[in-house]
Amino acid sequence: MIANIGYIALVLAFLSAIYSAVAAWYGNRTGKPAWVESARNATIAIFFLILLACVALIISILQDDYSIEYVWRVSSREMPTYLKVTALWGGQAGSLLFWNFLLGTFTAASMVINWKKQMEFMPYALIVASMTQIFFLFLVVFIENPFTRLDVIPPDGNGLNPLLRHPGMIIHPPMLYLGFVGFTIPYTFAMAALMSNRLDDTWITSTRRWTLVAWLFLSMGLILGGRWAYDVLGWGGYWGWDPVENASLMPWLAGTAFLHSVMIQEKRDMFKMWNMFLVILTYSLVILGTFVVRSGVISSVHSFAQSAIGPLFFAFISIMFIFSAYWVSKRRSSLTTDNHIRSFFSREAAFLYNNFLIIAILAIVFLFTYYPIISELFTGEKGFVGPPVYERALAPLFALLLLLMGVAPLTMWYRSSLKRIEMSIRWPALVATIFVAVLFAFGVRSWGALLGFWIVGFSGILTILEFWKGTRARMRRGENAGSALTSLLSRNRRRYGGYWIHIGVLVMAFGIIGTELFQQQTQIRLQSGESVSLGNYEMVFNQVERYPGPDDLVITEATVDVYQNGELVRTLHPRTELYTRTMQPMTIPNARSTISEDFYVLLVDWEPVSPDEATFRIFLNPLINWIWAGAIIFAIGTLIAAWPDKREEYIVSTELVRNALGTAD
Amino acid sequence: MRKNNRLLQMFLIVLVLALSAVSAVAQDDSQNRTVTDDEVNEIARDVYCPVCENTPLDVCQTQACADWRELIRTKLASGESKQDIFDYFARQYGDGVLANPPRRGVSLVMLWVLPVVLILLGLLLFSRYMRGLRVSEPDTAVASGPNSAMTIPPEVSQPAPDDYLARVEKELKRTDE
Amino acid sequence: MSSEITQTPGKGEPTEAVITPVGSTPVGEQKSGKIRWTMIALWAAVISLLALLGWGLMKTNATRPEAGQPAPYFDVEFFDGYQWDNKSVADLNDMRGNVVVLNFWASWCVECRLEADLIENTWRNYADDNVIFLGVAYADVEPNSISYLDEFGITYPNAPDLGTDISDTYEITGVPETFFIGKDGVIEHVQIGPLNQATMDRVIQKLLQEEGA
Repeated sequence: MIANIGYIALVLAFLSAIYSAVAAWYGNRTGKPAWVESARNATIAIFFLILLACVALIISILQDDYSIEYVWRVSSREMPTYLKVTALWGGQAGSLLFWNFLLGTFTAASMVINWKKQMEFMPYALIVASMTQIFFLFLVVFIENPFTRLDVIPPDGNGLNPLLRHPGMIIHPPMLYLGFVGFTIPYTFAMAALMSNRLDDTWITSTRRWTLVAWLFLSMGLILGGRWAYDVLGWGGYWGWDPVENASLMPWLAGTAFLHSVMIQEKRDMFKMWNMFLVILTYSLVILGTFVVRSGVISSVHSFAQSAIGPLFFAFISIMFIFSAYWVSKRRSSLTTDNHIRSFFSREAAFLYNNFLIIAILAIVFLFTYYPIISELFTGEKGFVGPPVYERALAPLFALLLLLMGVAPLTMWYRSSLKRIEMSIRWPALVATIFVAVLFAFGVRSWGALLGFWIVGFSGILTILEFWKGTRARMRRGENAGSALTSLLSRNRRRYGGYWIHIGVLVMAFGIIGTELFQQQTQIRLQSGESVSLGNYEMVFNQVERYPGPDDLVITEATVDVYQNGELVRTLHPRTELYTRTMQPMTIPNARSTISEDFYVLLVDWEPVSPDEATFRIFLNPLINWIWAGAIIFAIGTLIAAWPDKREEYIVSTELVRNALGTAD
Repeated sequence: MRKNNRLLQMFLIVLVLALSAVSAVAQDDSQNRTVTDDEVNEIARDVYCPVCENTPLDVCQTQACADWRELIRTKLASGESKQDIFDYFARQYGDGVLANPPRRGVSLVMLWVLPVVLILLGLLLFSRYMRGLRVSEPDTAVASGPNSAMTIPPEVSQPAPDDYLARVEKELKRTDE
Repeated sequence: MSSEITQTPGKGEPTEAVITPVGSTPVGEQKSGKIRWTMIALWAAVISLLALLGWGLMKTNATRPEAGQPAPYFDVEFFDGYQWDNKSVADLNDMRGNVVVLNFWASWCVECRLEADLIENTWRNYADDNVIFLGVAYADVEPNSISYLDEFGITYPNAPDLGTDISDTYEITGVPETFFIGKDGVIEHVQIGPLNQATMDRVIQKLLQEEGA
């Protein structure tokens, strides 16, 4: 019954989306705003309908209704309530429904919020947003229906995939989806700007916050994914350059380029066409990414080609490409500018270099990620690219980007004084060199690491100096340090929020260099009482216990004592878990974390484990906690940058008025 | 004569010793020596399971992967080099099992030639764009009036160290208006 | 040629209002020329990318090894002691004119064990009819493959799937998977998962009755 309601709600939502597109088009065409308004109301209706469908599915899960295939697939009687709720996005069909829910929410919200302010955009924005909704609702109504029933009702369900029962994994998909779906809004408004031929930066300023928040969620989703991999997946790393990971990284890269590039348009009215291209690219990568993640196309391109979902996505992406290219080309004359870059060392140029590097990184990641598909499509043999190749190719590009990050704030719009820049970088460069010399004295010999640390130090000092200079300037007006810094942040959120994010990135880079280049590991079989050394640690194996866990779990847990420089610092409990119902094994590591490194232990099952004999794999990961610390700094910075600012709103709105009156597009 | 005999004896002794040393080493290589897990992992890290998705052999938990790790161990014990083992896996299971794809055929084109070409192309377009637009006119800035309240006036370089701070102050003042 | 008022208050460089017909000056022509090239490049990139992908996908679809399609070509190098017709290497063309049962298996495959005896017995039953049974060890380690064959007393020809080429060509979704190929080289039936006696008899007998190519 409930499932029927849910399905009908979805069908109605699908029909409403079609109505919304048609009504918006018709209202625009015939100049009858009532139709456009009804199209907007339709998006609100769609939001409620999809919400209803989600609620219906969640209730079905909570009520253990195993006549519904999806419930059977992702839930079981013994699962705690909170897991049952998160099971909404635990499987294919449910996650697609959740995706639709977020899309419906964002679409309705953006239409309502911008209704008065961007009236000219509305019909077009509604058409474009509805087209996206039509596609995703079509998928969930006809192809991946979460409410399909089973002929024979099983007594119990499969239960949620054990990998998904970890807190990090619970929040990782919603974060990613918020990011992905968030990026559809800038695209929608960019298309609306093209179609309505209002090509000043109104579409950018009105969606600026959306873009930034979407980018924040996507960043957090990526980082949480890494943390989850490190904590739970048990292979000792946090990023594997896996196609699914990369498919989420690529829109993030395009989004980062876009965030930087729009600043040029806002300040100097340049790169309009390029910004259009970037937002279309970001959106395309989002669609491509969500498709890759859920379709398994990389593992077998054949099953993709022969399935129903494959050709549909291909058709949608093609239509979207052609649609976007058509409008960009139609409005090309409005996308040009008379303004020029005047200097290689201007801030415009710095942003351009930033974009070049990011797009280069994106192109390489794209090429390597889709290499298996392309080689399989055209030669029949499936190729593969592993992490070492990515790292070798991308390290220099990232290094250059980090360097640019430090130097760019020194540049000025239009033209910079080379002399001034040179003077400003002198003593930071010196300090960075001293830092690296100290490292060298302590035994660090890898030139790659030394170069990396130099760049991180150099750019870090320069970025902190930005805060220093700004605070000092305010202090001269009589404020004390604390309030000077606070008002600096609150009055220039974008700039100083951005610099704060940069600091977060540099801290993360510091951690990444440490753990990637200086990781040590060893694997050994130990008897009870035996020990193994790694670095200046020693680990003594005590015993192994096996005991049942909740539900169908069997836990095998080892106890080890960790000594550093002879002193006992921690007792760790690495374990393996076996879900006997699905015979799925999991390896859960245990680590001792300090600011300088992680001592990370895995219980390995190459040979059977007995109460007094076990195999362990130990990693020593230097500086890895700087990555997580950097991520927190990064998140704070993005919040600072995105925080609503009354003063900024005023400036933005007066600018909009000025644009409306001044430009003759 | 005696001296030559002595010399010959010595030579023969040295020869025998040398040969036995060599054969001892050779025997060591061909006998099964204990291969540590670390050595297996070093290779297993760069070989991916032919059957499962994107899982390197050192992490993979299936029976098939356990078989392949044993295979690596056996091969290491019999003296094969890292590259030998990689080549064997590529031959048996396809190039797609190696983390570092061998440079031949499609992989050569797509993974080496194409990125280099794309980056060079990008640099080319980039430099042409920059060169084409680089106009070295003096700035004709008129930094007055309400219309220019929103712009940061183009900067003329000044050596005064506090100039930057002055500009920051000016900008901060602007946002106060 | 259209005119543009190049005055943008509050943006860019403050300039005087100048009416410049776009396209009539050398700079203007340069610019529209550049735009045209950019557009052409943009369209070319989009169209060619889509065309390439679409073609690739269609090609993949067209050559799928399903019932009714011609069996894709392959060649094999047999295990020692498991040759066919005393040859150490053979290919599918050599087997044309015979019914071929192509079975993918692996020593690490638990389900394959369920059908091992069945296949061996069926092979012996139809040996006089010149039905060729060919086992292909997918992603396996040779000593383990041989042990497996010994364990079940397999006598029909077996070969390793070198480079996983054959399994790639036949796009198998896992093991065990069996392809029944007629005398004319056309796939009659694909069995995903373990075989059963009824299916084997039905398909083989049907294929035996057909005319050879």
